[in-house]
Amino acid sequence: MGRVVLVTGVSHDLGSRFARSLADDPAVERVVGVDVVPPRGDMGQVDFVRADIRNPVIAKVIASRDVDTVVHMSVHATSGGGRSSMKEHNVIGTMQLLAACQKAPGLERLVVKSSTAVYGSSSRDPAMFTEDVAAKQMPRSGYAKDMLEVEGYVRGFARRRPDVAVTMLRAANTVGPRVASPLTQYFRLPVVPTVLGYDARLQFLHETDLLAALRHATVDGVHGTFNVAGSGVLMLSQAVRRLGRPTLAVPGFALSSVGSFLKQTGMPGLSPEMTGFLTFGRGVDTARMRSILGFEPDYSTEAAFADFARSVVPGLVPGPHAAAAAALGGPRA
Amino acid sequence: MPDAEVIPLGTRGKPGRGAGSAKPSSAARNLAGGTKKPAGTAKKPRVSDEPEQTAADQDDAAHEADDRTEAAGAPDVERPLADAPRAEAVRESAPAPTTGIPAGDWLGAFTAAAKEVFGETWEPRLAEFLAFLRRRVTGDYRVDEYGFDAEITERFFLAAVRPIAEKWFRVEVRGIENVPTEGGALVVSNHSGTIPLDGLMTMVSIHDQTGRNLRPLGADLVFRLPVVGELARKGGATLACGEDAQRMLSGGELVGVWPEGFKGIGKPYSERYKLQRFGRGGFVSAALRTGVPIVPCSVVGAEEIYPLVGNVPALARLLGVPYVPITPFFPLLGPLGLVPLPSKWLIEFGEPIRTDSYDEGAADDPMLVFNVTDQVRETIQQTLYTLLMQRRSVFY
Repeated sequence: MGRVVLVTGVSHDLGSRFARSLADDPAVERVVGVDVVPPRGDMGQVDFVRADIRNPVIAKVIASRDVDTVVHMSVHATSGGGRSSMKEHNVIGTMQLLAACQKAPGLERLVVKSSTAVYGSSSRDPAMFTEDVAAKQMPRSGYAKDMLEVEGYVRGFARRRPDVAVTMLRAANTVGPRVASPLTQYFRLPVVPTVLGYDARLQFLHETDLLAALRHATVDGVHGTFNVAGSGVLMLSQAVRRLGRPTLAVPGFALSSVGSFLKQTGMPGLSPEMTGFLTFGRGVDTARMRSILGFEPDYSTEAAFADFARSVVPGLVPGPHAAAAAALGGPRA
Repeated sequence: MPDAEVIPLGTRGKPGRGAGSAKPSSAARNLAGGTKKPAGTAKKPRVSDEPEQTAADQDDAAHEADDRTEAAGAPDVERPLADAPRAEAVRESAPAPTTGIPAGDWLGAFTAAAKEVFGETWEPRLAEFLAFLRRRVTGDYRVDEYGFDAEITERFFLAAVRPIAEKWFRVEVRGIENVPTEGGALVVSNHSGTIPLDGLMTMVSIHDQTGRNLRPLGADLVFRLPVVGELARKGGATLACGEDAQRMLSGGELVGVWPEGFKGIGKPYSERYKLQRFGRGGFVSAALRTGVPIVPCSVVGAEEIYPLVGNVPALARLLGVPYVPITPFFPLLGPLGLVPLPSKWLIEFGEPIRTDSYDEGAADDPMLVFNVTDQVRETIQQTLYTLLMQRRSVFY
């Protein structure tokens, strides 16, 4: 008998792709997708249920469909309705979902897509965070704080329901041709603002690797918290050079004004957590991902970023990828 | 600038005027009879080479014009009207083939310059340098997980520090055979000198003698500061914390640690060569946990580079730094006071202290950690005294 999986946040691109790929998996009998707004495009064999995870209705969905696995990937870094609605959705939504999960006797597994943002970014960070090291400077705003609170509630749930295997995947910044996140939007700026005198270490995870890791966790059900990232590190300056974009070094204190200027011009702003990330960067240790979770990403940090770079329109300075494409003598696919 | 060095007064019995050259310069000849020109105007070598009767500035214009005609390949092509009369005037006095710099000379000059910069094997080295530039501009290089950029470190940082180590401080390295040539090891050194130059000197000395990169562990202030933090990470440093130290040591790196920290570099000159407290012994637990040898390193000479005679605690608090140094020359002489005194340096690596013979839980035994810390500290202190006895003077 296959598993019955409930996936939250399927109206987002990654969520819907994950739900569809999971539905094709032979180990999975049925996939139920849940979100507030219906997903665009074909959902294949996924049953879509329009429900708000902030509403107790979600408990009925879990009970009526005999769900034994819940994949929670509905904690988002961006929201159309501003910060308060984002927090409402991320934190209160998770609380409601976990409350429903706790009341579901048939539940066996819970997979939560978390983020390495919970480690924060500061000058006192170790080079590589292992899963049991807490942030040296707790994130105080935005997505990272939401994620930190969500993780707290998930840990509480894991204590109260020891029979449920809870997998928390702390994914590094996801990049790929189809990812729209604050970071990928930042890299798509025509001139990339950087912090004067600092060079951040960055780690990336390719979008297909993220989906593969979530699928792996859903099917295998290993209990624990795992960092998921491509191997290796890229410096911010190096990444921007690989994109062939010019940079504009701005003193740290002026970066927020650059961010608000960008916001005025209709581009994504630079949140404080983003500024910290671009100043100090972050690296996570992925030894447990390999040894205990048993997952190996296909893309290294470098390869993931190279794949993302191919989707970026060449900037003012043609980078190596643009040059390579020109050398091959044809338009890029 | 050979002609700037030797400007003899008089002609030493040779014909001609004051410049001492066999022939008087064209400018000098032009002005002969009028007021005497100082020798400075005869500086332009190409002017003195050519027997021309024109004034210097007109001469230049002629050069430009003739270069252009040579580049075009034919002397009689049309040239812009504004240039024409001048160039014609020069043509009357000096025939075209002798003026201008032939392409061969340009090539020769370029080759000579390339040889000057890159040595005899300039061609492959120039190609290599251009490839290096291309890699840097396109970001096609690798950094390790701590942000260490081996290429830029070897090509720039160490290359910049090396002359200071060799020529200014004349660093003498002893006991380099005690530094393991492979595998993880922890180099523990005394810290002094107001500005942590001793770390840089130890890094370059180890790199030049063994070919290994010393990976320093730095205080969090280093990584908080702009530019400094960025350069430190690129140069191979990482934060002095248990996680990073163990990670590096188990990764087989040669790690350098200065456990005295700011207490060591910021101590007054009167307390020179007196080791301060060796932190909390965290470096010993890291070595015990990973089972790597501890190599004690004693640096003599760094105490004298910036003799710290005072401190401005109020300003230091304001700036958020551990101390604001006052030396006999800083801030009195301004930036000139930042030049370190050229003391003679001795760096001695002692016999490695093995940590792999201890039990599994040794790192969690505080008494053992304190004992090993004291052992390392005593070794360095005694070596410092020995080296000081052997030293004849601070400066040689």
